[in-house]
Amino acid sequence: MTASVRLDSVNKIYAAKAKNPIYAVRDFTIHIEPGEIVALLGSSGCGKTSTLRMIAGFEEVSKGAISIGGREIHKLPPAKRGVAMAFEGYSLYPPLTLRQNIAFALKSEKLGSAETNRRVEEIAGLLELTRHLDRYPSTVSAGQQQRASLGRALVRKADIYLLDEPMGQLEPQLRAVLRGRLKRYLREHGLTAILVTHDQTEANALADRIAVMEGGVLQQFASPADLKEKPANLFVGTFIGEPPMNVYRVEPQIFNGRISLRARGEELFGYEPGTIDDAVVSLLERRNALVVGVRPADVAVSPLNGARGATAKVVSNQWIGDQTHLESAFGDGVIVATLDNRFAARAGEALAVDVPADKLHLFAEDGTALAHGRSLASGGAH
Amino acid sequence: MQHMSTGERVLRGILIALALIFFLFPIFWIVLMSFQTNAQILRIPPSLFFSPTLENYTSLITGQLKTASGVLTLNFMQNLFNSFILSTASVALSLVLAVPAAYAFARYKFRFSEDIAFTLLSFKFAPPLLVLLPLTIYFQKIGLANTYFGLIWVYQLITLPLILWIVRGYFEDISPDIEHAYRIAGHSWAKTFFKISIPLARPGIAAAALLSFIFAWNNFVFALVLASADKQPVTVGALAFVTASGIQYGQIAAAAVISITPTLALALFAQRYLVEGLSLGAVKG
Ligand SMILES: Nc1ncnc2c1ncn2[C@@H]1O[C@H](COP(=O)(O)OP(=O)(O)OP(=O)(O)O)[C@@H](O)[C@H]1O
Ligand SMILES: [Mg+2]
Repeated sequence: MTASVRLDSVNKIYAAKAKNPIYAVRDFTIHIEPGEIVALLGSSGCGKTSTLRMIAGFEEVSKGAISIGGREIHKLPPAKRGVAMAFEGYSLYPPLTLRQNIAFALKSEKLGSAETNRRVEEIAGLLELTRHLDRYPSTVSAGQQQRASLGRALVRKADIYLLDEPMGQLEPQLRAVLRGRLKRYLREHGLTAILVTHDQTEANALADRIAVMEGGVLQQFASPADLKEKPANLFVGTFIGEPPMNVYRVEPQIFNGRISLRARGEELFGYEPGTIDDAVVSLLERRNALVVGVRPADVAVSPLNGARGATAKVVSNQWIGDQTHLESAFGDGVIVATLDNRFAARAGEALAVDVPADKLHLFAEDGTALAHGRSLASGGAH
Repeated sequence: MQHMSTGERVLRGILIALALIFFLFPIFWIVLMSFQTNAQILRIPPSLFFSPTLENYTSLITGQLKTASGVLTLNFMQNLFNSFILSTASVALSLVLAVPAAYAFARYKFRFSEDIAFTLLSFKFAPPLLVLLPLTIYFQKIGLANTYFGLIWVYQLITLPLILWIVRGYFEDISPDIEHAYRIAGHSWAKTFFKISIPLARPGIAAAALLSFIFAWNNFVFALVLASADKQPVTVGALAFVTASGIQYGQIAAAAVISITPTLALALFAQRYLVEGLSLGAVKG
């Protein structure tokens, strides 16, 4: 039942023969293990839905190959691919009730009506839909339609499950509950799933691995922790994480072993001799400029009197219920810091800002990652 | 609709009444005429009061038309039957051909698809007489003149583009993912077309069929040129009332009443579909 999925150099070009062909997906390669849950994450229009539709068979693969469970499927009709899908636009069949819509998906499995009913009720219970089962799609809310559409996909037995923003319409509370249930359901049955989402929390909570896409190109395919700790490039670095990573274009200067990362002559970050790994130092020596990334949670702020670090001036200080968001003017830009406790600082007040070497992310000017966190500090793991 | 002042409501009533009188008066007058003799119709000044007669209807049904210069035989019932055969068969054939075509035009963008679709529609713009002259010659050569088959074929010019374009719009309004959801669950393209797409477009198909039936029923010039007496529909058959001894207004009116009855009945019966069809909203999404 559960199966591996391979996409090898898959391309999708819309309007290929027109003057301006649209490259929706380019050379997309991922290999998904049986029973793995994978999230596709990326900004609107980056090609997530196009990828799912190629796997399901509603869009031709312009170039490349897709196989499910070792069987090449990208030339088969949708009915022969063994795929279940929940659609971005729900797409329920209007003349049927939610119950009938979900049961309709089981038609080709030719189960008895008792078994069909049992499966429908089970899925409806899972998705908190039991009370709405006998209503028509046009008379229920968008969130209820969306859950029915998800139910219609999950109720079937398929080799893989493609879920296109399956919970986008739900309020945070219900979303959190259903997220947990969905994960448990997929795990219990050992199902392989690819889900599209805009919500990083959802991707982190549900997925074993996340594929970050931008402009039709796969940026990185890694576990949630690796995406956060070792972003493959500046795009992934800034895309993953809330609030986003602070980035600065700096020129490194090394004087007597002390490393100074400067923007317009002003030092933003300074490191004493011996704090940064030798390999990274020699890498810095060879570059005129690079990009430094710092996650807001890794920024250490302290009152000015004698503390180490560069000076920043507070612009705003907000307590958002469980965190402090502190925004300060820094260099010729700003630095955002998040703190777990309340922090007494008024707008206009000057603070010392410091980032330990093992929290830095270094990127080349073209955006490719050079070194991250612990591997960057001397004595750190390589 | 909810918030209307009394003034607005009165004005609305008056406007609706005016529109009704304007559109329905000729029909009302024809119905009155159909129960009068020619003499009653032609008296001056015209009057709303007369003793009704069924003579016009009986002469239509029996096919015996009494005029000043003797008894003429009429083909009216045959004409009515012909109208029925021609319209029904034309619409049926068009549905079989145009509904799948409309689906193809709605779902697939292929080479020249827009050009082909527009060419089909442009048949409706062409002046029929331009087509008819060469067509008559061909039809006579290949033996299709004055056959039901030949007429039904030519009637496709009226019914097919209409159905194609209306139904295409309906298919375009149905989210393809509704079909995809069914196909992915293990069903073939063809099964999906018949089980999902056609039922969802049914209001549109019904509306298109009805409209094209009315157009086919009302057609005059194709049948006038291509058919002789035994294949002529009522529209052409009505010419027989223009006799040597004058125009038989009473019978014309009765014939008109009889010949609009089927389309009127059909329109009333299909009203539900038409309204549904025009408010497709529920299907979208
Ligand atoms: N049928 C189509 N014809 C032409 N271009 C298309 C078609 N479908 C999608 N595109 C284009 O391909 C690109 C990728 O679209 P896709 O729907 O895969 O994005 P997405 O990542 O799912 O976005 P969203 O998060 O908004 O759903 C977009 O630029 C879109 O405009
Ligand atoms: Mg999408």
